[in-house]
Amino acid sequence: MDTPIPPPPILELRHLSKRFGEFAAVDDLSLEVAAGEFLTLLGASGSGKTTTLRMIAGFERPTEGEILMAGAPISALPPFKRDINTVFQHYALFPHMSVRENVAYGLRMRRVPSAERAEQVSRALEMVKLEQLGGRAPRQLSGGQQQRVALARALVNRPRVLLLDEPLGALDLKLRKEMQLELKHLQTHLGITFVYVTHDQEEALTMSDRIVLMRQGRIAQLGTPRELYDRPASRYVADFIGETNLLPGVVAESGHGVATLRLGDTTLRGVTEAVLAPGSEAWLTVRPEAIQLTDGTRAPAGQNLVTGIVSDAVYAGSALRMHVALPGGQRLVANVPSGTSVAIGAPVSLTWPVEHGRCVGD
Amino acid sequence: MSAAARPADRLSGALWIAGGLVFGFIYLPLVVVIVYAFHDSPIIAWPLRFGTLKWFGTLAHDRGMLEAALASLKLALLAVAIALAVGVPGAFVLDRHEFPGKTAFRRLVLLPLILPGIITGVALLTFFSFAGLSLSSGFPLVPGWPVVLGHAAALTSVVITQVFARLQRLDRAQEEASQDLYANEWQTFRYVTFPSIRTAVLGAGLLVFTLSLDEIAVTFFLIGRQNTLPLQIWGLLRRGITPEVNAAATVIFVISVAVIVVWARLMREDQRT
Amino acid sequence: MSVTERPTLLDRIRARPALRTAVAAAVPVGFVTMLLFVPYVLLLVHSFWRLRGGAITHELTLENYARLFGTELYPGTILFSAGIALRVTLFSLLLAYPLAYLLAFKVKRHKHLMYMAVIIPLWVSYLVRAYAWKIILGQSGILNGLLQSVGLIDEPLTFLLYSRWAVILALTHIYTPFTLMPIYAVLEAIPPALKEASQDLYATRWQTFRRIILPLSLPGVLAGSTFAFVLSMGDFLAPQLLGGNDSALMVSNLVWSLFGVAYNWPLGAAVSVIVLLLTLFLLWLANRVETAMNYAGEPGQAPARSAGGMVGAARGGVVT
Repeated sequence: MDTPIPPPPILELRHLSKRFGEFAAVDDLSLEVAAGEFLTLLGASGSGKTTTLRMIAGFERPTEGEILMAGAPISALPPFKRDINTVFQHYALFPHMSVRENVAYGLRMRRVPSAERAEQVSRALEMVKLEQLGGRAPRQLSGGQQQRVALARALVNRPRVLLLDEPLGALDLKLRKEMQLELKHLQTHLGITFVYVTHDQEEALTMSDRIVLMRQGRIAQLGTPRELYDRPASRYVADFIGETNLLPGVVAESGHGVATLRLGDTTLRGVTEAVLAPGSEAWLTVRPEAIQLTDGTRAPAGQNLVTGIVSDAVYAGSALRMHVALPGGQRLVANVPSGTSVAIGAPVSLTWPVEHGRCVGD
Repeated sequence: MSAAARPADRLSGALWIAGGLVFGFIYLPLVVVIVYAFHDSPIIAWPLRFGTLKWFGTLAHDRGMLEAALASLKLALLAVAIALAVGVPGAFVLDRHEFPGKTAFRRLVLLPLILPGIITGVALLTFFSFAGLSLSSGFPLVPGWPVVLGHAAALTSVVITQVFARLQRLDRAQEEASQDLYANEWQTFRYVTFPSIRTAVLGAGLLVFTLSLDEIAVTFFLIGRQNTLPLQIWGLLRRGITPEVNAAATVIFVISVAVIVVWARLMREDQRT
Repeated sequence: MSVTERPTLLDRIRARPALRTAVAAAVPVGFVTMLLFVPYVLLLVHSFWRLRGGAITHELTLENYARLFGTELYPGTILFSAGIALRVTLFSLLLAYPLAYLLAFKVKRHKHLMYMAVIIPLWVSYLVRAYAWKIILGQSGILNGLLQSVGLIDEPLTFLLYSRWAVILALTHIYTPFTLMPIYAVLEAIPPALKEASQDLYATRWQTFRRIILPLSLPGVLAGSTFAFVLSMGDFLAPQLLGGNDSALMVSNLVWSLFGVAYNWPLGAAVSVIVLLLTLFLLWLANRVETAMNYAGEPGQAPARSAGGMVGAARGGVVT
């Protein structure tokens, strides 16, 4: 059976760089965005994610590199000639226009006749559940409502790519979680490619088809949420995504997908995809939920074992988070069942399967 | 009432009196001029014989005054048009662009506001003289191109200052959103930027208008054959004071106040957005 | 909407920031250069030209400056103007401060309205305001008439008009609102909590004023003084109308006559240049002092935070 040829990427970034004097906000970034996918640019402030988004939108001009949309270069085009729309971080609604006029703006600029315009505006407002508020002024709306107007204003134009710049940042937690689901549903339903920027890794994990984790203007890792969570490529990624333990050590040997690290007197093994040079620094990352309490001081086959002293036990609803201090000074956090009895200061042994721990470089 | 309250009250009272006196000092001379415009005697002296409009009548029939008033009006309108046409782009350039000599430009623009008007006036005089442009060129359509350009040059600073201050408070993301929604630069300016700065532009225009009407120092050196209103009044003053001057002064005052009050309201509204 | 549009010429201009700036700046920078920069430079050049037989030649010479510094009249007039300006500044401060304080702290209702009422005269016909004093102070003027009819004096007072005091009075009257503006702004910006904290810590009203409010208001006082001094030193109309022929000749009148009746443009230009330099120096000085007084929370939102910027902004109508 022939493998179907994947459709060409809707957006392609080739060796994109943006420099401000000496400082490179984006450094040789290359990326392909598939049509219809929900791609998230994730990173800390200063990682270059917003700059990248602004270059796609046309508000920043790349210092080097090219941006292509459906194969055609668009870097030389101003924003109003690109088939791309943006939802801004603080919504940027026009204060002197009503909600309806805001939403209609893009259609008006493209000279859509007014009857058709009115209809499309109504449908867009229905889509974001704001049909009743068409006549209001932006300042009369709540933050969540304003955010939806911004969304409708962008989506009504049916862009091929929608850019979202941390649109949920100003909302409170509950509202944010609701909107995350709504956005995801909207995206799936409409089939529009979303490029989403956020610093919130949980948000990225929830909504994205693929995540681009950025660090200092470059890609730290590109993959599905599961790939980033289960198979982080570096310490940075492991640390950024989800909660994890990071144990620093020195590589003793590495081969056939497994590496051995020495941490003081302890030897630990973990899976690895990278080639780690013996003698180099590496980290073993293991998620708290993979760790279990055990009796005994000897590692069972296929498992790692460490011993330490309990320093803290924090009740977190569904589990008990146990903080354990290891002899070398490192700390481990293990999620154990809520009912487990734990004595602070008592020695414990912790164990986890080798394949649940990964060895990574920086 | 405790002993501590009384000195404070006295102090407060003294403050109110002092403030009131100063306020009176600021307004008294103006009140005097206006009141004496209705004074029934050709000599401006005490006591006041209030209650005649004849000086306004004299004013209305004074050909020289009327022509001067018309000239002042034309001058002011032209000055406003040019000052806005140059000043609004100037404010944008200061707010959004970097270029060599920007600081110098910024300081240059402030000079007419800081320096004695006379200096700007004679500088412009040397310029037009050197350029060979006659002071009466353009007459009778305009009072003279040099004086029009001179007012515009001196008052462009007012526009730049005001509009720049407003631009600094503008949310740039809105303009990006507009371009994101397919509006080009001109459309963005027309539909999004200008509505936000409209009051500042209008206010600047009003202020330039008033200042141009009252302008003497720059005007004196650049005027051609036709006097402007302040210069006409000035001429009358040298010959001796007549209550007609009071009437003229009152008219100017009332118009200025009306314009400035509108301006102040615009500024208030501007601050609120 | 097609995404494969080709970039147009306009797009090429958009793509290059230098070109965009050039297009945007062409008109304003061009206009200002032609009609402000060139004239001021030309004035400077004139100050180095020689006047020979009533005509201006284009020979370069320093004789104008030599004459300026050599003859008593010129430095004397400048100093005299400075002296007048100093007195005007002091009186303005004495008048403006209490009113500013009153408006900022004691007026509860219609505060903004009252403030506007005080400020509005600033832009309302300078000529009228100067002229008003002429009819008040004249020999047969209103004040004399009033004093005579009440019986306080028998003969009209002649010293009132056409004297330096008339000039000082009129200038104080004109520039007090100017002085008031920044003082009010600074006083307004003092958080009420500071006053309360001071009183909470046992300070009396006078001590609170002296130790908290007054020091914090100094930047405003400095700005206001700078306005009043710079503007009144260069004033032309008040001395002309009220100063009489010789008793209150100020530097602007000097320039006026040199470019007018006396017809000595090069010398007039030299005097102008000196005044220009003096003004710039004073503003620079004010800036230095303000930097030294650097308190947090300066409320001035003039575009340039230089003293020149504030003066310009105030005259240009940035009121709050």
